[in-house]
Amino acid sequence: MSAQKVVVVGAGASGLSAAWWLARSGVSVTVLDKGIVGWEASGRNGGGCSHYQSPLFKEEQRLWPQMDELLGYPTEFSPERIVMAVTPRQLDQYHYIAEMNNRLGHRVDLLDASQVREAVPLAGDNCLGGIHYRFGGHANPHRSVQAYAWALQDLGGQIVQHSPVTGFQVASGTVTAVESTSGTYECDAVVIAAGPQTGQLAAQVGIDLPLANARAEMIVTEPAPMMKLGGVDGNGLYGRQTLRGNLAYGGGPHEWVEFGDLGPETKPSTPLTRNLARRLAELFPGAAHLNVIRSWAGVIEMTPDGRPVIDRRENVTVCTMSGVGFGLSPASGHAVSDLVLEGRCSFTDIEKLGLSRFDGIEADWRISKGWLPL
Amino acid sequence: MSQRGHDPHAIDGKFPAPSHHYDVVVIGGGPSGTEAALKAAQVGTKVLLVDENPVSGALIGTDVPFFFGGRATTAVQNRERMVETVFMNMPWLEPAFEAGVEVQLATTAWGVYRNGPLVGSLPGQVVGLADAERSWLVGFDKLVIATGARDLPLAFPGWNQPGVMGAKALAMLLERYDAFAGRRIVVVGSHDLGLETALLAKAKGLEVLAILELRNTVQGNTDLAAQVAAAGIQVRCGVTPVEAKGGLDGVEALVLSDGETLACDSVVMGVGLVPMIELNDAADGPRRFDANRGGWVPEESEAIAFAGSCAGLVNTGFDHASYRQDWMDALGGACGGDTIICQCEEMTLADLTGLQPPRYLERPPALQKRSLKTLLQDGPPNQDQVKRLTRTGMGQCQGRRCRDQVAMILAAEAGKNLAEVPLATHRAPVRPLPLKVIADWEESEAMRAGWDVWMGIPTQWVPYADIGTPYEEENRRRLGGAMAL
Repeated sequence: MSAQKVVVVGAGASGLSAAWWLARSGVSVTVLDKGIVGWEASGRNGGGCSHYQSPLFKEEQRLWPQMDELLGYPTEFSPERIVMAVTPRQLDQYHYIAEMNNRLGHRVDLLDASQVREAVPLAGDNCLGGIHYRFGGHANPHRSVQAYAWALQDLGGQIVQHSPVTGFQVASGTVTAVESTSGTYECDAVVIAAGPQTGQLAAQVGIDLPLANARAEMIVTEPAPMMKLGGVDGNGLYGRQTLRGNLAYGGGPHEWVEFGDLGPETKPSTPLTRNLARRLAELFPGAAHLNVIRSWAGVIEMTPDGRPVIDRRENVTVCTMSGVGFGLSPASGHAVSDLVLEGRCSFTDIEKLGLSRFDGIEADWRISKGWLPL
Repeated sequence: MSQRGHDPHAIDGKFPAPSHHYDVVVIGGGPSGTEAALKAAQVGTKVLLVDENPVSGALIGTDVPFFFGGRATTAVQNRERMVETVFMNMPWLEPAFEAGVEVQLATTAWGVYRNGPLVGSLPGQVVGLADAERSWLVGFDKLVIATGARDLPLAFPGWNQPGVMGAKALAMLLERYDAFAGRRIVVVGSHDLGLETALLAKAKGLEVLAILELRNTVQGNTDLAAQVAAAGIQVRCGVTPVEAKGGLDGVEALVLSDGETLACDSVVMGVGLVPMIELNDAADGPRRFDANRGGWVPEESEAIAFAGSCAGLVNTGFDHASYRQDWMDALGGACGGDTIICQCEEMTLADLTGLQPPRYLERPPALQKRSLKTLLQDGPPNQDQVKRLTRTGMGQCQGRRCRDQVAMILAAEAGKNLAEVPLATHRAPVRPLPLKVIADWEESEAMRAGWDVWMGIPTQWVPYADIGTPYEEENRRRLGGAMAL
C-alpha cells in the first residue's frame, strides 16, 4: 500500500522539501514544527549548494537552477563558486580539491591570482590563486525555506507551526498517528527531519540514531559592491555575497552543546565574531573597511562520521543531514519522498547513508570523540 | 567507560583570558553612568567608564546611535577636535577622574558575553570594546549599562531626507557636539520630550516655528508647558505633519494637516525615546515591556545593572506606547504605499504589508498573493521572520530607523498589543564596526591552529564514490577533515 497520508516532523529545509515532493505526488501531507518555518539551521546557514561529496550531488545540481520555477517563489539561487587561497597551504588544499573533482567528472578550473582578482574585486595582493567550481552556487536560506513552505501550501499541504510532537501511536510495528500539542494526526507514514531533535524523536519509535549537537557562528557585513560571482569561499570561511551585496560568512571552531527536547531557547554568538572578521578581512582586503552589522549562531546535529542519514525503518523515514541539509534539500526531499512511497531512492544509490553503519556503536561514543559540552 | 577524547577543531581552550579586568565597567558616560562609576570608585573598586561619543562622522551619517537625520555639520568629521569638544561638554566627568575612574571616550561597547546556555567556552564574562582603530575584550565582575535612550522615528512622506531627525540626536548635536547644521525647526510631539527639545533649541538660538501635537491638549507637564509659553513657542494642537518637502540639501518646508506650510530646515521627531537595551538583549538578558517607561526595558541580573534612561524612561504615569500608536496612526494616514519605511533597504510600506522582497528580486504571481495578512494566518507575528523576508530592519543602521515602527505595524496587522509581539532580536556587534576594527589581530595560536571551515570531521568531505577506496585515505591525508586552514 502506498502512503496516502504522511506526517512530516520538522519544517526545516529537509522536512519541507520532502513534504513538497510528497505533495507533488498527490500525497496528503501535514508538517509539524515546534516553532516557525525554517527557524533553525535551515534558515541561518551559508547557503551553499555545491556538495560534491554527496550521492545526492547530481540531483542537487539538476534541481537548483529550476527551483524558483518549480516552487513559484524566489530562492536567490546564483550559480558557481570560487575558492581562493591566501596561504600556500590553502592553495595546496584547494588544488587537491580541484584535482579530486575533475577525477570524478565535476569540472573545477584552476585560477591564478590575477584571474581570481579579476573575478573577485574584493580580493587583495595576498591572494595566491584559487579554484572555480563550474557547478554549485548559493541561495538565500530563509527565503528558500519559506519558498518550500509556501509551495507546499499551494499544493494543499498543511503546515502546523508551534506544535511540538509529544508522541507516536504505534500498532503492529508501524506508526499510525503522531501526537502533538496541537492535536493528533493520523498517518500511513512518518518522516522525521527535525534537526537536532531527530535523534530523540526517532528513539521514541525504536530507531537508534547517534547524534551530537554543535553551535556554529556567522557574521554579516553591510553591502559591498556587487561581485560578478557571489559564491566566494576561502581562508577557512564559507559563505557568500548576498544579492543585496552583504558578505555573510562563517567558519572556525564549533562548540558541542546540549539542551532539552524542545531545542535550544537561545543561540548566542561569542567573541568568535572577531576571529571571523579577521579571516574575512584577510580574504577580502578590499572589504576590510566595511562594517560588521550582525552575528548569529545556529545549532547543527552531526552523526559520528559527519555524513547524513537518510533511511527508512517500517513506515518511518529519518533524514538528518550533518550540516549540509540546506544545499542538498532539493535532492534530499526527492530521496525521502522516494523512500516513503517506494521504499528506495529512485535516482541514486544512498545505501551508505543508511542507519546500519552505526549498528553496535559504543554508547559513550561522544565521550571518546570529545564531542561534549564544556 | 572511554576516556574523554579531544576534538581539535572544537572551541575548547581557544579563547584567551582578556588582558584587562575591572571590578566594575560602566557603559555610557552621561550623568547617570558617571554617577554609578563614581560611587563604585569611592569604595575602592577598580572602575572603567567608557563612552562612545563622539561617534564617527560615518556612523552619524547612518543614524547610529541616534536619528541624526543628516543635520550634523562637517565638524563631526574631525575626530580629534570632536573628542576635545565632547570632553569639554561633559564637565560631570571631572569628579570621576579625580576619584580614580579610568575614563575612555570615543570607545564603543559592542557586545557582552557570558557563559550560560549553549556557551561554556568563555574565560569569564567580558565586554567587547572598540575605538576607531581596534577592538578588545575587557573582563568584569559587575557591568553597569547606562547607554541612555535613542530616538523613535516614525515614517511620513518625505521623512527619508536630510533634516528629519530625532530629538535626542538634536540634543546631542547641540549640547555635546556643538555641530547642529539647522536653524529653523519644527518639533513633533508635545509631551515632556517635545517641550524640552523646543526649549533647548530656543536656548541655543534656534528658531522654533512650532510644536505640533496630534491630541487636543499639550501632553507634557504644566511647568514645561508654561516655560514653552513664556518662551513664545507656539504649540499647535490637533495638527500633524503631512509631508516634508525639500531639495538637494533636504527639508525646506513642512506641510501640515491644517493646510499650512512652514518653511523650515529641520523637523525634529519628539514623539518618544526607546531605552537602548541592545547590549543586554544581545547577551540574552531579561527584559519586560512597560508602556510607561518607553517600551522594552531591561531587568537587572546578578552581574548587570542599569542606570539612567537605559533602565526605562522616568515613569510620570504617561502611556508612551499609546501616544506613539496615536502618532503612527496620524502620520500613517498621510503615507501612501510608496512611503519608504526601511531607509537602508529602500522598502516601502506597501512592500512591508505585502510581504514582498526587495526590488532586485522578481515578484512572481504566487508571491504577489502573499502578504503580512496571509503570513499571520500561519502563525503569530514575528518581526524577525518578516525582517528576513522583506529585509526591513536588515540594513546598515541595524534597524534603528525602522524596527520600532515595523513592530507597531506588525502588532496592528495582527490585532495585538505591542507587548505581545516578540521583540526583534539584537545581535552583537550592537554598533556597526569595520571588519578591520572588530577583527582579532592578536588571536591565540590555539585558535589559529585549530581553525577549520566546518566541523573538521575527517570523513565528512570524502566523496561518496571514494568511500572505502584508496582515495578515502588520500583524502584524509590531504585534507584531514580540515578544509582550508
